[in-house]
Amino acid sequence: MIDESLKSELSKQGIFTLKLEELYNWGRKNSVWPLQFGLACCAIEMIATSMARYDLARFGAEVFRPSPRQADLMIVAGTVTKKMAPQVIRLYNQMPEPKYVIAMGACAISGGPFKQGYNVLKGIDRYIPVDVHIPGCPPRPEALLHAFMTLQKKIEQQSLTSEQRPRHLDVNAPSEFPVPRYGAHDLEPPNNPDVWQPPVATRTE
Amino acid sequence: MPPDNSPYLVILVLMVAAVLFALTPLALAWIWSKKFSPRKPGPDKNAIYECGLESKGDAWIPFKSEYYLYAIIFLIFDVETVFLLPFAVSFTGLSADAFISMIVFVFLLVLGLAWAWQKGVLTWK
Repeated sequence: MIDESLKSELSKQGIFTLKLEELYNWGRKNSVWPLQFGLACCAIEMIATSMARYDLARFGAEVFRPSPRQADLMIVAGTVTKKMAPQVIRLYNQMPEPKYVIAMGACAISGGPFKQGYNVLKGIDRYIPVDVHIPGCPPRPEALLHAFMTLQKKIEQQSLTSEQRPRHLDVNAPSEFPVPRYGAHDLEPPNNPDVWQPPVATRTE
Repeated sequence: MPPDNSPYLVILVLMVAAVLFALTPLALAWIWSKKFSPRKPGPDKNAIYECGLESKGDAWIPFKSEYYLYAIIFLIFDVETVFLLPFAVSFTGLSADAFISMIVFVFLLVLGLAWAWQKGVLTWK
């Protein structure tokens, strides 16, 4: 373990010292490949983010992959209908570890304007773990960029041996998340209890 | 034998270096993946289809051959058109040999068409 003062002294001389883990995370956070799929109007903003004006390529994330096998990041961009939710979760299951999810827009995080409706999932975080939520209807490309930078910070801090390590390094963590089935009135189960549980209202005196 | 007597020794050394240069990153990546990227397979992850939907049925289904016959006949008459156009353009200046050979060609194709018609290939079932 290198002394912090020695490290800063060396960096003044143009010599950078870092742990292998930091190098690994630096490479990981700068080459996040998103899965190429959009669900609704937020996808238009996602496309705008990847184009020249906002240029997601500055963060190494311009390589939108059409196959989940090659993607690290799922940007859930738009309204997740209950018809679509099993497919989204199956795609997430097919992505290789370590993988991350950005829930983009009001619909993806909570159901948005369709929350009271019968056919829209009230947030994708009911079934899969979401790393970054972005509010907005739709969020501007800057908001997606900010979410992306937040995710990069998170990846950077994911030490490979500590408690914050990526999920796949945890032996007890599940490799796949159960895909809900179409029930008579709702998806079954309506949420994955390991990932999300309905908030409990408590009365305080 | 001393090394300077063998002019090919240096090539051997370079070859070994080249192989090591290629294999070392692969080996390092393999060791790293053993430790920090353990395999976690599952039924969804191992599924062949990757558009989010579950695959249904068998991939080995009988393919309807009708379309294939239709396409073949189309192709033949498409090629015939390529010959018919210059035939029509230079019709008045043709020699008797050329005229007869063209008529035989068209006759053969019409024979094929009649055969296909009689076989019922042209009716879409």
